[in-house]
Amino acid sequence: MHKFRQNLAHLYTVLFVLYLLTPLVVMSGAAFNDSKLPSIVPWKGWTLMWFGEMISDQRMMLAFANTLWVAVAVAGISIIVGTASAILINSVSGRARTALYGMMISTILIPGVVIGISTMIMWTKLGGALFGPEGKPWPFIPGLHLSILGQVSYIAAMVMLLVLARLQSFDAGLEEAALDLGASHAQVMRRILLPHLYPAIGAGGAVAFFQSIENFNVTQFTRGGADTLTVYVFSKVRSGITPTINALAFLLICVTLVLAIIYEVNRRRRARIEAARQAEARRAEEALL
Amino acid sequence: MQDMLRRYGFGLTLAMCLLVTFWLVVLVIVPNITLFEQSFRPYLPVVEIGGPRDTYSFANYLKVFDGNVDKSLFGISFSIPVHVYTFGLTIFYSMLVTLICFAMAYPLAYYMAKIVNPRSLPTLILLLFIPLWVSEVLRAFAWWIILAFKGPLNALLMGLGLIEDPIRWTNMGYTGVVVGLIYTYVLFMLFPIYNGVQSLDTNQIEAAEDLGAPWWKIHWRIVLPHSKPGIASGSVMVFMLSAGSLLVPSILGSTTSQWFTQTIDQWFKDALDWNTASAYAFLLLLLCTVFVSVAMWLFKVKLSDIAK
Amino acid sequence: MSAGIDLENVCCDFGTFRAVDNANVSIKPGEFFSFLGPSGCGKTTILRMVSGFIEPTEGVIRIGGKDVKGQRPNQRPTALIFQNLALFPLMPIWENISFGLEVRGVDKATRRAKAEELLKLVDLPGAGDKMVSQLSGGQKQRVAIARALAVEPSVMLLDEPLSALDLKLRQHMRAELRAIQRRTGVTFIYITHDQGEALAMSDRVGVMSQGRIQQIADPREIYNNPVNGFVASFVGENNIFEGEVQTAASGMASFSTPHGTFRARLGDLGDKKHAKLYVRPEHTLLSTAATVENAVLVTIGDVSFEGNFIAVHASTESGAHLTSEIRNDGSATVPEKGARMFMSFDPARASILPDANVRA
Repeated sequence: MHKFRQNLAHLYTVLFVLYLLTPLVVMSGAAFNDSKLPSIVPWKGWTLMWFGEMISDQRMMLAFANTLWVAVAVAGISIIVGTASAILINSVSGRARTALYGMMISTILIPGVVIGISTMIMWTKLGGALFGPEGKPWPFIPGLHLSILGQVSYIAAMVMLLVLARLQSFDAGLEEAALDLGASHAQVMRRILLPHLYPAIGAGGAVAFFQSIENFNVTQFTRGGADTLTVYVFSKVRSGITPTINALAFLLICVTLVLAIIYEVNRRRRARIEAARQAEARRAEEALL
Repeated sequence: MQDMLRRYGFGLTLAMCLLVTFWLVVLVIVPNITLFEQSFRPYLPVVEIGGPRDTYSFANYLKVFDGNVDKSLFGISFSIPVHVYTFGLTIFYSMLVTLICFAMAYPLAYYMAKIVNPRSLPTLILLLFIPLWVSEVLRAFAWWIILAFKGPLNALLMGLGLIEDPIRWTNMGYTGVVVGLIYTYVLFMLFPIYNGVQSLDTNQIEAAEDLGAPWWKIHWRIVLPHSKPGIASGSVMVFMLSAGSLLVPSILGSTTSQWFTQTIDQWFKDALDWNTASAYAFLLLLLCTVFVSVAMWLFKVKLSDIAK
Repeated sequence: MSAGIDLENVCCDFGTFRAVDNANVSIKPGEFFSFLGPSGCGKTTILRMVSGFIEPTEGVIRIGGKDVKGQRPNQRPTALIFQNLALFPLMPIWENISFGLEVRGVDKATRRAKAEELLKLVDLPGAGDKMVSQLSGGQKQRVAIARALAVEPSVMLLDEPLSALDLKLRQHMRAELRAIQRRTGVTFIYITHDQGEALAMSDRVGVMSQGRIQQIADPREIYNNPVNGFVASFVGENNIFEGEVQTAASGMASFSTPHGTFRARLGDLGDKKHAKLYVRPEHTLLSTAATVENAVLVTIGDVSFEGNFIAVHASTESGAHLTSEIRNDGSATVPEKGARMFMSFDPARASILPDANVRA
């Protein structure tokens, strides 16, 4: 590798990271600008008033709360469905596996518009068929519960992929060993298989949570009258916007950053502990010889 | 299935099968069949649903061919149905976005897989992941701020003396949409390619270098073919996400940029004609699937290579 | 508490493939019994049938006199030690060892105490809070044994547990395993393809080939009096002569081969016509003068120095390859390459044996 090309590669990477992060900085910066329009130019001085306004914006806070519980529900259901699917896929083979796997993967590729409209139509039509066109009861009316079901239909596939990848490194002999020691199937699942999958399930949960937060297409078609943050921001961008959204965005980015750093520190600590353990095993090995 | 019963017992196996059935049948297959069925029905007042006029027809699909507009491309003037035109441009600009994303992501993916010091890789990945955790709507919104007429980009360019008057970025056809889509989806291209390149044995690159191959030939003959599944996977993701995006075109679009999803949205939300919206949504699904399948067939990639 | 195991006419089919064919064996309580054979001979299938992961297609398996048909692995009084040990990597050692008690609802303090007690038994006191990845290969081995012993099984089933260790450690662990078995008195059934392991540790060995048990006997008997050609050549080395039985009397026979007619012990040929003569390299003698009987003229080929013995490769006039082993005790002279010598053997140390016992 020639020095010049290597430096060029470093430079490109730095530029790329800047390209990714600058818009976020611009957006965060606008939260502190004392200007009615969300922008960083012209700079009219520091202010924290947009954070105050944000808290007093009832509709936005409600949308935020909606977003959170939808995301938690989506993450919860996706984890259960995705993990079960991964275990199932891992246990079947041949054509059944190819067909099932293909069907699961294709849900990721279905445009959100299609998922949104189809979910909406199915549930309202089912309600209409059961209870007549007027006065359909929950859950056959538009609302965030339909958004949850629509989002799960493709986010579960993402969880499935993560868990499946982790399952590949699982030694099925451990299950047999546990069975042989007298464990029941449920105990094997709880004590042996699930602990192995927890990292992937956790990652899957995080992915599902953030995917749900940023979902727009499915929510837009199924939400009925309820707002989520994305929908709210979207309507604001169209109808006139104040930097309260920037204030919220800034806080969200901060939370994400903190979580990311905690995750990374934790990962490094674990890696260090594991390395120390293996060094000890090597020493024990050598001591015997 | 035998294997599963032996490993997890009857109860757990049944529970898992039921969960998968719930997902695939209740959440995916039945809704899509309903969508398909609904797309052939006319839009009627509630009282007439199930009545004599409620019959199957292709009427909703044929609406795509309503209302011609006159356009010219490369100096050739022609008349084309407006929705077909929208669809064509949606596909074209989605391809453009995919192509640019690939051009941007490939060098970085290679850098991450083969050049960067492995110890700083986790930090780099963490940095790259940040925008991915930030909601899509906020990412589009960030570009809305940047591209604004009195926004920072114009201020910067004028400050540098590159332009004299501010430019209306969001009123230049599809410019805003393309910029926004690239920013939003480039990472969906980066990570699959990174996975692809990473699995390539570095010795192969060194062997090629040792045999005297120039750097572009190493990429063309060794790295690219090896990472083809990753590239295909990233391209399919970016293309489908772009073509299916509603948010970015709505926020960053101009008066002259119409995205096909926006047309569907208008049928659904403005005209309240769910049946035509269904027909259009189904068309989008069908044509994108066909397009992606043809592309995958051309590049000899299988569905199972995708999304690894 | 240990139990005997009886296999009566046990067969196991996988589709059309018969993995185990008509196995009959009676293992005594407290015995160390090995199944020895090449991979694919059916020994692991027998182990999995006894532990309950596979049901036999035909036949009866009794543990402690009771038919275990239909009992699942977790209901049988057996404990299996897996080839890769299958220790649970996410649990500390003491939880690994006491897992079998945990799933039986034993309280934590009792489990902890039991784990410490077993760790002492396998010579790893105080290692309870370590993680699996902190242990060396040999230590993991002991933890696996302790884990299996914790559920107080009547029978321990060991599936080539030493195969992942390097040579030195493997030899050390042989003695260790034997000692643990003596201390606990539990019946051990040991699966291996390594004849050294089987001979060194076992009370009795069952040699298997192609799904059939060829011979069941104590190690000495297996080595010195193999019942057929497969056992003779799988356990130890042999010089083999093809030929035909001429005359037989009082357990001895004369056997005519292209290299001459030899006298040797006559094995049980049953109704088989085909037989070969087997003689072990260490039972041959090289000399310059021909002896009265059982001598072949050979040309000395390569001589390889193996440490405790010297292997002399030679070929007969007709081109057959023979090997002789000389103990490296300084008493014998090592022949030169190319020398012509007589290779001879004691009739009492050579056997005429049928081929392996396989299904027609």
